[in-house]
Amino acid sequence: MRELPTLPMPAPEPPAEGYTRREALVMGLFALAAAATTSGCAADKLALDDFVAKHFKDLSPAELQERLAQMEKRYSESYGKPVKVSATPAQEGVLFGYALDLSRCIGCRKCVYGCVEENNQSRDPQTHWITVLEMDKEDGVNLQNANAFYDHETVPAPGKFYMPVACQQCENPPCVKVCPVEATWREPDGIVVIDYDWCIGCRNCIAGCPYGARRFNWGTPGIPKDELNPVTEYLGNRPRQRGVVEKCTFCIQRVRQGLYPKCVEVCPVGARKFGNLLDPESEIRYIIENKRVYILKEELNTQPKFFYYYGL
Amino acid sequence: MTLISKVGSFVTGTARMAFLGGNRYYYLWLAVLGLCIVQAGFAFAHQFQYGLISTSMRDSVSWGFYIGNFTFLVGVAAAAVLLVVPAYVYDWKPIKEVALFGELLAVASIVMCLLFVLVDMGRPDRFWHIIPFIGRMNLPSAIMAWDAIVLNIYLGVNLLVASYLVYCGYHGIHYNKKFVWPLVIFSIPMAISIHTVTAFLYNGMASRPYWNSAILAPRFIASAFCSGPALLLILFQILRKVSAFEIKDEAIHKVAELMAYAMGFNLFLFGAEVFKEYYSNTHHLVHYQYLFAGLHGKASPIALYAWMSLAFAVISFFLFLIPRTRRNFVTMNIGCVLIYASVYIEKGIALIIPGFTPDQLGQVYEYVPSATELRVAAGVFGIGFLLFTLMVKVSVSILFERPQAEGQAVHV
Repeated sequence: MRELPTLPMPAPEPPAEGYTRREALVMGLFALAAAATTSGCAADKLALDDFVAKHFKDLSPAELQERLAQMEKRYSESYGKPVKVSATPAQEGVLFGYALDLSRCIGCRKCVYGCVEENNQSRDPQTHWITVLEMDKEDGVNLQNANAFYDHETVPAPGKFYMPVACQQCENPPCVKVCPVEATWREPDGIVVIDYDWCIGCRNCIAGCPYGARRFNWGTPGIPKDELNPVTEYLGNRPRQRGVVEKCTFCIQRVRQGLYPKCVEVCPVGARKFGNLLDPESEIRYIIENKRVYILKEELNTQPKFFYYYGL
Repeated sequence: MTLISKVGSFVTGTARMAFLGGNRYYYLWLAVLGLCIVQAGFAFAHQFQYGLISTSMRDSVSWGFYIGNFTFLVGVAAAAVLLVVPAYVYDWKPIKEVALFGELLAVASIVMCLLFVLVDMGRPDRFWHIIPFIGRMNLPSAIMAWDAIVLNIYLGVNLLVASYLVYCGYHGIHYNKKFVWPLVIFSIPMAISIHTVTAFLYNGMASRPYWNSAILAPRFIASAFCSGPALLLILFQILRKVSAFEIKDEAIHKVAELMAYAMGFNLFLFGAEVFKEYYSNTHHLVHYQYLFAGLHGKASPIALYAWMSLAFAVISFFLFLIPRTRRNFVTMNIGCVLIYASVYIEKGIALIIPGFTPDQLGQVYEYVPSATELRVAAGVFGIGFLLFTLMVKVSVSILFERPQAEGQAVHV
């Protein structure tokens, strides 16, 4: 794969003098919470830091670095190995797009479990970002007859076809529109991300998403220490907390480094294609321009950057 | 007396009225509510420790009993306006004397609404993210952010008006009409807006065809104008029996008549929705099929409730429409109970669950609330009813029982 151009990191801004009104008020809340706890011991400090954690977009470059270091320390300690947390910015001239060949997919769910490992989804309770639907070839795409819980000895089952569904990275994302606190937004490269430190867990986005792509951490996510993927991204696969929403980010920790998403890599039949929609020479552009493309729930005007197609 | 000492005497005086001088049924009632709250405290502590996994909600049905109750109670709160309009705008005396209790019900209901939202949050510790200026509200696009704003304004207005009127009554002074009147007028569009905005929260989601209907907000308003007054009519009769509280029969009959119109309109809108879904017979019909029967040959656990709700609505409509049964207190009270049950099922069960079933990818998850959800909900109702009970006790003592308050025009 071709190397993607890299963007120089912006120089850290000098810390602003004094407090803004918002900061002053947050500090007030901080003081209130501090008074409620007994002492300034380490655990309290951590809990208080979390309580007053700022929105990702409100962090100054210096604060962001501090926060990243804090997270790395915490995750490294709890998983017993060095964990890297990055906040790689989007690159200019890149709009990520995904294509999935419905005529090739055999429903093996390799993508589902590859994604779980790469993106640190909870193993207990189980969380899957990708849902593979089994439908009748006779019936075509008909979600009312779709089965997400098929369990055959071998796949594909006769007369069936398979449709993996994950976040469609909409250009017009209803989940972003309905979030009451701006905890989720669309990045310039088209990836819809979530700030796990800002999400209040109201699940409005889950109600608003037409694709059933979002997952809520109903319990405390459980990942065995040795299974944690230590290469993580702030807005991507870093370990999540209980009570917040998560979903597919096109493997933001990989694609912003010029790697393919994990599901593309593990698909045994080559049904998954990925690339830059703004590059006229890309494979993804070739598919969209030359193949029969199907957009899931196109009538809702969400304008997904995820395209199903019939390659055969 | 300075203002501070006046307020101080008001606070201590009303606290005494709230807790002293009740009969044994009053204290029994308080004890029952206290028990509800305490057991819910344990259930909520469990939920807080282990997360919302202790509820039956899952990714398929991601809102359930809590949000259903929230929606129902927004309607109860909005219904205070059904007393306020005839009382203040049409200056109809018999209702004016009791309009204050509509406002108190609104206050208690909104408090319960906010608590139901809080217990439904995955991260209640981050509530401050939605506070204007210190948090980061997603305005103007997020309806939930607007909902938080209008609910809190409505709570503030009702709390201000009600406590000011009670305060004036306590000190035997005449309230300032220039202060009260604009607030009362303002509370009327606010009442409509809280329920409209709550309806828009669901209505605006193209992902959920069951809610994505333009008549959802009018349906919310119509059903709310039945359920809130149903609760008040029963309360008024109890208060009239056990305290010095007075209300004329004609006021009760007038409210019942307004409820008949609201229920008629509610049934009409429901019929319009049912016609559209069944006649056009698109894929979107599955949600109604789940509501009234079941899917894939399996009976739905909510179908029985859905039919009960519909039957109760039709029966109570006729009980309130026919003047003879409306004016007969036995049949009217049966109607009140039926209306309350009907709307409670409609909002608590029949609105939320079929909206999520089947889910966006056609999968069916059968949601039935868990014991934790039922216990926490009982506690929220306990807090709301306790608040309402104490406020009503104080108001009745001041407005109807204290001799010095007699002849004082406490009502606008």
